Amino acid sequence: MNKQIKFYGGVKLDEGKMTSNEPIISAPLEPLYTVPLQQHIGAPAKAVVQKGDKVLRGQLLGEAGSFVSAPVHSPTSGTVRELSSCLGPAGAQLPAVVIESDGEDTAAEPLPIFANWQEASPDELKARVAEAGIVGMGGAAFPTAVKLSPPPNVTIDTVILNGVECEPCLTADHRLMLEHTETIITGARIIARILGVKQIIIAIEMNKPDALEMMTKKAEGTGVEVVGLRVLYPQGAEKQLIYTVTGRKVPSGKLPAHVGCLVTNVSSAAAIADAVCLGKPLYERITTVTGTPVAKPGNILCRVGTPYSSALALCGGVKEDPLKIISGGPMMGMSVYSLDIPIIKGTSGILLLAADEVSQYTPNACLRCGRCNDACPMEMIPGILSSTIEFHHFSLAERWHVMDCIECGCCSYVCPAGRPLVQHMRRAKAVANATRRAAEAASKK
Amino acid sequence: MIDIVMMTGTGVLLGLAIGLVVRYFGVPVNPLVESLNELMPGANCGGCGLAGCSDYANAMATGRAKPGLCPVMSAEAVAKCCELLGVESDTTEPKIAVVCCSGDDDHAAKQAFYNGVNDCLNAMLVAGGSKGCTYGCLGLGSCARACPFGAIEMLPNHLAKIHADLCTGCGKCYMACPRNVIKLVPRSAAKVHVYCNSPKKAPIKRTVCKAACIGCRKCAKTAGEGQIIMNGYLASINYDNPPAEGIVEVCPTKCLRKAD
Ligand code: SF4
Ligand code: SF4
Ligand code: SF4
Ligand code: SF4
Repeated sequence: MNKQIKFYGGVKLDEGKMTSNEPIISAPLEPLYTVPLQQHIGAPAKAVVQKGDKVLRGQLLGEAGSFVSAPVHSPTSGTVRELSSCLGPAGAQLPAVVIESDGEDTAAEPLPIFANWQEASPDELKARVAEAGIVGMGGAAFPTAVKLSPPPNVTIDTVILNGVECEPCLTADHRLMLEHTETIITGARIIARILGVKQIIIAIEMNKPDALEMMTKKAEGTGVEVVGLRVLYPQGAEKQLIYTVTGRKVPSGKLPAHVGCLVTNVSSAAAIADAVCLGKPLYERITTVTGTPVAKPGNILCRVGTPYSSALALCGGVKEDPLKIISGGPMMGMSVYSLDIPIIKGTSGILLLAADEVSQYTPNACLRCGRCNDACPMEMIPGILSSTIEFHHFSLAERWHVMDCIECGCCSYVCPAGRPLVQHMRRAKAVANATRRAAEAASKK
Repeated sequence: MIDIVMMTGTGVLLGLAIGLVVRYFGVPVNPLVESLNELMPGANCGGCGLAGCSDYANAMATGRAKPGLCPVMSAEAVAKCCELLGVESDTTEPKIAVVCCSGDDDHAAKQAFYNGVNDCLNAMLVAGGSKGCTYGCLGLGSCARACPFGAIEMLPNHLAKIHADLCTGCGKCYMACPRNVIKLVPRSAAKVHVYCNSPKKAPIKRTVCKAACIGCRKCAKTAGEGQIIMNGYLASINYDNPPAEGIVEVCPTKCLRKAD
């Protein structure tokens, strides 16, 4: 294990995982669920229900809007109160279906169960993944079915399940690995069957020895290999994970499929297993509610559409006023300003920070110390790039590979001048995307 | 001694080489381009859609672009260009930029405290910025930094204000604003504007901004036929047929105002 390769850069973080030993609790029924139709990367789902319709748990609310999209299902039974919009974690208004629960929680007819998935054809299984609305549950929420359809000119030979959970404070995946170990392994084998792959690796960071042990024990004889990885942020980033596990480097601008790998989150694998073996679409997930201001931090199994405030109330509310609320973890999460935001498929955590935990920087000029270069796992030059971006040289930043940035935040974390480096990268990426879209629109005309 | 001879010799040789290169490979400068260049304002703002003043002069000389695209050039200068090029003078209507928002800190609700990078796009990427209205001016001045003519002043209560006397209508601010709050309108018709950009329903707008257009239609009813058009809950001026200035009296929220 000591010979394990190390990816470039990265930072050692204080883990702050205070909910590792809190078993998953199921949230009680909510009176009202606001289910956004866009919980994933890609086109929003198209609503198939109308105001006043009766819906059952697991019933389809919105169908996939295009190839890169995912359907959305009802979290409980009840009536559609309205089709409106709601605030999403990134601050944008998202189209949403508001469901008034009838308190019965009657399940809809499950999707047909594959009693023996080992014999089902890969295409059938893949269709199921699409139908169940499964997305990457680590945060980015990329539709999994799209990921499972690699371009024709590449062959995938390794499936890596990401149980690294390198984000500090979050423990949702950790608890899932402990409590639903077999489901994850089944999910991994289903993915491998879909892709016709023999090599399945589950990667877990070594700060979760219990999960590692449990997984190794349960994986015996299934052909699934479990590896423990050194604790270093961002070990769980796709490209870094592939490199440490297989030694392959994903080239700039390319996808993991180009080096024959597919990475999915353990939660997504468990959701796939549920969709195939139980016919259950994805309408609930485990969310870690944590932070020093939270009275009883915990891991909660929440239905999609549960407001943040209810999840927080389940954890005993707050002991002191938080200064900052983050959707996700402290490194890659998004600050939010409201607790009315619904939990969606990609909400891995809700983190509250007390006043003394939030530091306020006044950005200074770059000292050219190079620490950000040493920390950047994508081997970029964040300091120089940030100055370029500050002066609006966006095309130059693009030439210098700003699009490779995975927004891990290592650069901002180490910068002694307190420069908002990752923030600049995000801006340059937004500008580059907007320019690309404008060019595409212009060329279509 | 020998080094002096060497240096002088090298100098003479290189001088000769340069002379020969210029003589045989020199690019002749089009005298037309030179005289056009003299007429250009030299602001290099890109408002013409080309890469700067001299690029535009070149483009005019080679027929790639028409005269009159420059928002900064005076009418006389445009006329002279036309004369030099021997074409009919054809000026485009001069434009002016308007920030269609009244939501300064006194009127718009703050939903969050943003202290990240001082740039409107950056603020939008974090929870959509700090103001409650997601259509209004974020007040961080990306437009002001983009304006090559210093025509935009950032008011201390976080709203962009355009100085009509300095604005040339080049549209740089319009490109820079991530919220699309800035509109480019014909200068001659820019008398009254609706200083609101939110298409939301009135009750929603009112909770986030005291100065929002509430879609009461008073202005549209009072003004002449087709002078003010209702786009859902947002009134919009028809700049081809603008209403008289007196119309501002009827607006209950004062988002319909004379050009400031
Ligand atoms: S530049 Fe991007 S990838 Fe590199 S450290 Fe900063 S956030 Fe991470
Ligand atoms: S860490 Fe900060 S100060 Fe050092 S080189 Fe990078 S940007 Fe500059
Ligand atoms: S008008 Fe647009 S660019 Fe200018 S300050 Fe307002 S939001 Fe920012
Ligand atoms: S205010 Fe806008 S349109 Fe007017 S000169 Fe400045 S950038 Fe150009």
